[in-house]
Amino acid sequence: MQVHELRRKIVDRLFTIACFGATVLALVALVFILWSLVIQGIGSLDLHVFTQSTPAPGSQGGLLNAIVGSLMMCMLAMIIALGIGILAGTWLAEYGGRTPYGAVVRFMNDVLLSAPSILVGLFIYELLVRPFHGFSGYAGAVALAFLATPIVTRTTEDILNLQPHTLREAGIALGTPQWRVIRQILWRAATAGLVTGGLLGFARISGETAPLLFTALNNQFFSLDMGHPTASLPAVIFQYALSAYDDWRRLAWAGSLIIAVVVLSISIIGRFMTREKFKP
Amino acid sequence: MTTAAIDADALECIMQEPPSSSLVMEARNLNFFYGKHQSLFSVSLPVQRNAITALIGPSGCGKSTLLRVLNRIYALYPGQHCTGRVVLNGEDVLHEQKRLRWLRKRVSLAVETQTGPDPIEHDQALRAGTDLARLRARVGMVFQKPTPFPMSIYDNIAFGVRIYHRKTKAEMDVIVEKSLRRAALWDEVKDKLHAPGLGLSGGQQQRLCVARGIAVEPEILLLDEPASALDPVSTAKLEATLLELKKEFTIVIVTHNLQQAARIADYTGFMYLGRMVEFGPTNGLFMNPQLQQTRDYVTGRFG
Repeated sequence: MQVHELRRKIVDRLFTIACFGATVLALVALVFILWSLVIQGIGSLDLHVFTQSTPAPGSQGGLLNAIVGSLMMCMLAMIIALGIGILAGTWLAEYGGRTPYGAVVRFMNDVLLSAPSILVGLFIYELLVRPFHGFSGYAGAVALAFLATPIVTRTTEDILNLQPHTLREAGIALGTPQWRVIRQILWRAATAGLVTGGLLGFARISGETAPLLFTALNNQFFSLDMGHPTASLPAVIFQYALSAYDDWRRLAWAGSLIIAVVVLSISIIGRFMTREKFKP
Repeated sequence: MTTAAIDADALECIMQEPPSSSLVMEARNLNFFYGKHQSLFSVSLPVQRNAITALIGPSGCGKSTLLRVLNRIYALYPGQHCTGRVVLNGEDVLHEQKRLRWLRKRVSLAVETQTGPDPIEHDQALRAGTDLARLRARVGMVFQKPTPFPMSIYDNIAFGVRIYHRKTKAEMDVIVEKSLRRAALWDEVKDKLHAPGLGLSGGQQQRLCVARGIAVEPEILLLDEPASALDPVSTAKLEATLLELKKEFTIVIVTHNLQQAARIADYTGFMYLGRMVEFGPTNGLFMNPQLQQTRDYVTGRFG
């Protein structure tokens, strides 16, 4: 009896230690990454990073073209993703979610949610780059939209399902048509959640490299024209980090730090907003 | 506890109805089904104009279901259906639903087979859809939990009005003030009309929902246990509001609170196992119930 109890206690203790150890391992790795990123990145950050475009090796320069390119493509991608994602998520939650077709759509969306981004890049390459004979920022934006749309769709459906049923009935009971209940009551009640979905999507795509290599390629010069190859932070980091030039590698560190800070703060804002909204 | 001994099919039914000339709405022989499960059995409910009609009975007896038939909010859910007759001011509002469902089927079928819908039928179906929304505007509803919309107090009231009427700012101001006054909420919110409705207390939110419901001037206002989430002070205010409102509106209220029914209702119906067991003037039903089940329930011996 006592041996049995002892054994149970030891197993319990060992399991707890294993869980604790795994957590520490993950946290140490994360802290280490962030630490080296901050140390290396801070030293390379200066005003030029934000005011000048990518330089030739050995001359002074910054990341302006890459930052602007990334912003343009991510913005356009989010406009597409929010438009499609919110409508699709709303359809799943309010109209067709319980039909067999709805189940298929939800399943496909979940598949897309975890699709390898390089496949999305190749797909858009075949769809938009080859037929039009050239890489472009638009193709890049569409590829990013492909990655963000499933996230927005998912969060939209989840958030709408969280809205109390009585809210829909109260709207309907006033004689409101369903589309008006959705647009003026449900979407409004779910605003924080919808914004969070958008932020999560944005955070996901702002660090994506693979789909951009096949679509937007890169551009050494500052340009606002998305009809041509467009620079982006991840692509520049990819190129510069692998280069042999010290100043290029420093710029890659600076770019990495910028992306990390942006993604981290967006995630924190997203978490904060959902927590505030759904605290019981 | 005599529940187990009762044979549901053997339940008697005693109806002491108000004079038929005073009725604004009549439900007759309603049978209601959640899928295959029947939860109303040949239920009738006469609703007297400018009076409060209360529905009482143990949980699951079909009170709320009956209420949800009257404005056909149940039609939102596939698999729920109802037979019988609901007449609102001489117009059969339940019968129309069958036509609507049939037309919907016709239209969706026509669209699916790509032959294009018959333009006349299509038009009728659309109008029937609008009629359903209009019916709900004529039969307002307030729920157990307060459900203010996520907008300002002012917009909560204006929301329903804007759906069917184009009003100027000044006209809308008048409607909002009148509705809030009638719901006895005006004095508490007149200085913060543009603050969010969700910022009010529970009792105020419930009166806001009442104000929102009467702003569209419904013929009947249905209330589903409106005071169950409120404290006694808010409940008393809500009851006073309802007594005031019955001068202009007709009210049907579902309540678990027997004293509440006794205090405010003119007519009371006792429901049990999906049947309307006894219906009559409130005083008579509470002081001198005709049937054993009613007597047991109103004296608190079961349920």
